[in-house]
Amino acid sequence: MATVTIADDHTHFYHPKTWIGKYVWSQDHKVIAIQYSLTAIAIGLVALVLSVLMRLQLGFPDTFHFIQPENYLQYVTMHGMIMVVYLLTALLLGGFGNYLIPLMVGARDMVFPYVNMLSYWVYLLAVLVLVASFFVPGGPTGAGWTLYPPQTVLEGTPGHEYGIILMLVSLALFIVGFTMGGLNYVVTVLQARTKGMTLMRMPCSVWGIFVAAIMALLAFPALFVACIMMLLDRIAGTSFFMPMIMSMGKDLGYEGGSPILFQHLFWFFGHPEVYIVALPAFGIVSDLISVHARKNIFGYRMMVWAIVVIGALSFFVWAHHMYVSGMNPYFGFFFATSTLIIAIPTAIKVYNWLLTLWRGNIHLRVPMLFAIAFLFTFIHGGLTGLFLGNVSVDVPLSDTFFVVGHFHMVMGVSPIIVIFGAIYHWYPKITGRMYNEALGQLHFWITFIGVYAIYLPMHYLGFLGVPRRYYALGETAFIPESAHLANQAITIAALIVFAAQAIFFYNMFWSLFRGPKADPNPWGAASLEWQTPDTPPKHGNWGDELPRVYRWAYDYSVPGAARDFIPQNEPHDESARYHRT
Amino acid sequence: MSLFSRLTEKSWETPGGEHVDPAMYRPPAARVGVIVYFGVITVLFGLVSSAYVMRMGMPGMGHGAMGDWRPMPEPPLMWINSFVLLLSSAAWEAARIGARQGRADLMRRALFGAGALGILFLAGQLMLWREFSAAGYYASANPANAFFYLITALHGLHLAGGLFFWVRAVMGLRAGADVRLPIELCAVYWHFLLLVWALMLALLMST
Repeated sequence: MATVTIADDHTHFYHPKTWIGKYVWSQDHKVIAIQYSLTAIAIGLVALVLSVLMRLQLGFPDTFHFIQPENYLQYVTMHGMIMVVYLLTALLLGGFGNYLIPLMVGARDMVFPYVNMLSYWVYLLAVLVLVASFFVPGGPTGAGWTLYPPQTVLEGTPGHEYGIILMLVSLALFIVGFTMGGLNYVVTVLQARTKGMTLMRMPCSVWGIFVAAIMALLAFPALFVACIMMLLDRIAGTSFFMPMIMSMGKDLGYEGGSPILFQHLFWFFGHPEVYIVALPAFGIVSDLISVHARKNIFGYRMMVWAIVVIGALSFFVWAHHMYVSGMNPYFGFFFATSTLIIAIPTAIKVYNWLLTLWRGNIHLRVPMLFAIAFLFTFIHGGLTGLFLGNVSVDVPLSDTFFVVGHFHMVMGVSPIIVIFGAIYHWYPKITGRMYNEALGQLHFWITFIGVYAIYLPMHYLGFLGVPRRYYALGETAFIPESAHLANQAITIAALIVFAAQAIFFYNMFWSLFRGPKADPNPWGAASLEWQTPDTPPKHGNWGDELPRVYRWAYDYSVPGAARDFIPQNEPHDESARYHRT
Repeated sequence: MSLFSRLTEKSWETPGGEHVDPAMYRPPAARVGVIVYFGVITVLFGLVSSAYVMRMGMPGMGHGAMGDWRPMPEPPLMWINSFVLLLSSAAWEAARIGARQGRADLMRRALFGAGALGILFLAGQLMLWREFSAAGYYASANPANAFFYLITALHGLHLAGGLFFWVRAVMGLRAGADVRLPIELCAVYWHFLLLVWALMLALLMST
């Protein structure tokens, strides 16, 4: 059994013989990608149900008696943590990263297939430990997804007995599993590109995933350290984060710990995490827009550099989550400045997407609809980020629904919309079947309009000062009747969007068996994953010989060419002249 | 090709490159993987160190209550362990030289020595833990103690992971496989962990 397969060397290539070897303990990156994706989507559905329960409580308080205050806090916590870490990170890097990297760079598999397999199983273990926390006495932790000490481990916080321990253990496991996967993604991009695939010929998707994987390798250790230290505070009685606390007249035995230290560690992970999720989405959306507008991506080099610059800058902005934490006020000045600087490369990307669409031959198929929808939601969420990046604006808006609206738009809805677009885009390649276009369009429009119905009013609620994480608002003087009305409307919209996802799952599942056979390259895309000899690609991806790359991934509508796209593995001839952006 | 010229390549108008076999100039993937992992270790220990300094009560940061930090003593065993780790690293270097120069006998002996010294180091660290806890330096007693246990545990786990690859190298050697690359990578990994330990030791000593 070989653990290293690169370049054209498939003499050592391990071919499993049994069904279990092919589909369960598989070392094939495509199978692992599907395992990752299905697990992430399954746990994501749990988080989705939790969000519906939260909305029911917020829209119609005093109606659902099974939702008690502690349950509500548990829903908030688990919804946030699952969505950010176990769904988005795992799906974009573990799912799309695994599937796309080897296919897009022209490799037979990841460079360390065995480690790749291990990565998935450790991830699954982390998910199971997390799910187990629903079934222990006291339930899962209700500390909020940021897990701020000291309240996280104090009596009175739901799940302070076992829930928090399982959460911390699960996160530590996730990070160990992710590090294995991340090493694979980075080294595969660096070492397993096929002949002619220079770094600057890689599609933007690979660039986004590559930079995000590097960032994740450098950011997750912060969360790892924070989890271990908090675990020790909880079970070994250390005082890393826990200050001296008298609870009910009793000294808890802690002394001198620094809760702000935890916040620094958490957000040193937490902010890059936003971009770990966003950068793959940026990359994927660039490819979707280019393919479906039949036009090369505008400013390719600028797009790549912007991804790298955003990745680097995102390590210097973490304390903008902590303006009201009581840290040194001078920090706020530095971090507000660095935060606003990130807007520059981000704006470059947004302009380039718009300029790619400009005078393009736009095909409004389902993936393209989602890609364009992303431009709306991302610009929207990005602009409210500029509000919150300024200390003086952030202070009154902090911990209100404005923040909830902002981050859901920018890192909840936007990546999810890209994920939907990406699933629709690559579905024919992954399954070999075509989905139902009409159902896809229906799913798109309900989802797109629905998320605005959900999150736009939240900004208004935030301006009113409605606090987040509150179980019920009760009779509060400064909250007008309209806020309650808005909350009801949001809940109804959320229920509709929730129900509409059934269309998506039905479409995916039905098409898997009954969908028409898909063309190997239904969109006329130029990147390598569409040029595989088999659809869906077989184990080893490329048949006998690895593809050879002669051009970048964006040769669309080249003047003089026979077709409106030229695959990356097609040699140059004199019929098509080079065109410049 | 330099990184700068790679990243400034105008990929839409530069033909060529497709006839160069990347296998000609690329280092083995495992070597790149180890180097990338060094980045992860650097961040991990860097963050623990900055948490250490902040928790001590860095002036002006407003963290932690001043005065609850009581530094730990530095018993001779700590120095003995450090010396054992240094010897272990030296043995790995000898194994690497043996592997590179084709001196199978040197390679074999140094390989066994390096692993044995690595195990000895871990055993010594465990003895150090027992010595400290027997003297009442529990993790819960003081943040300085807690950080000491945390740092030594993280470092020890990384070394134990290295020993896993040592076992694989030994088994590979017995099976007659080419173990030059594993030995080279293990040696570099050991040197790196020695460097990390030296820096952590300096942090523990200076505070």
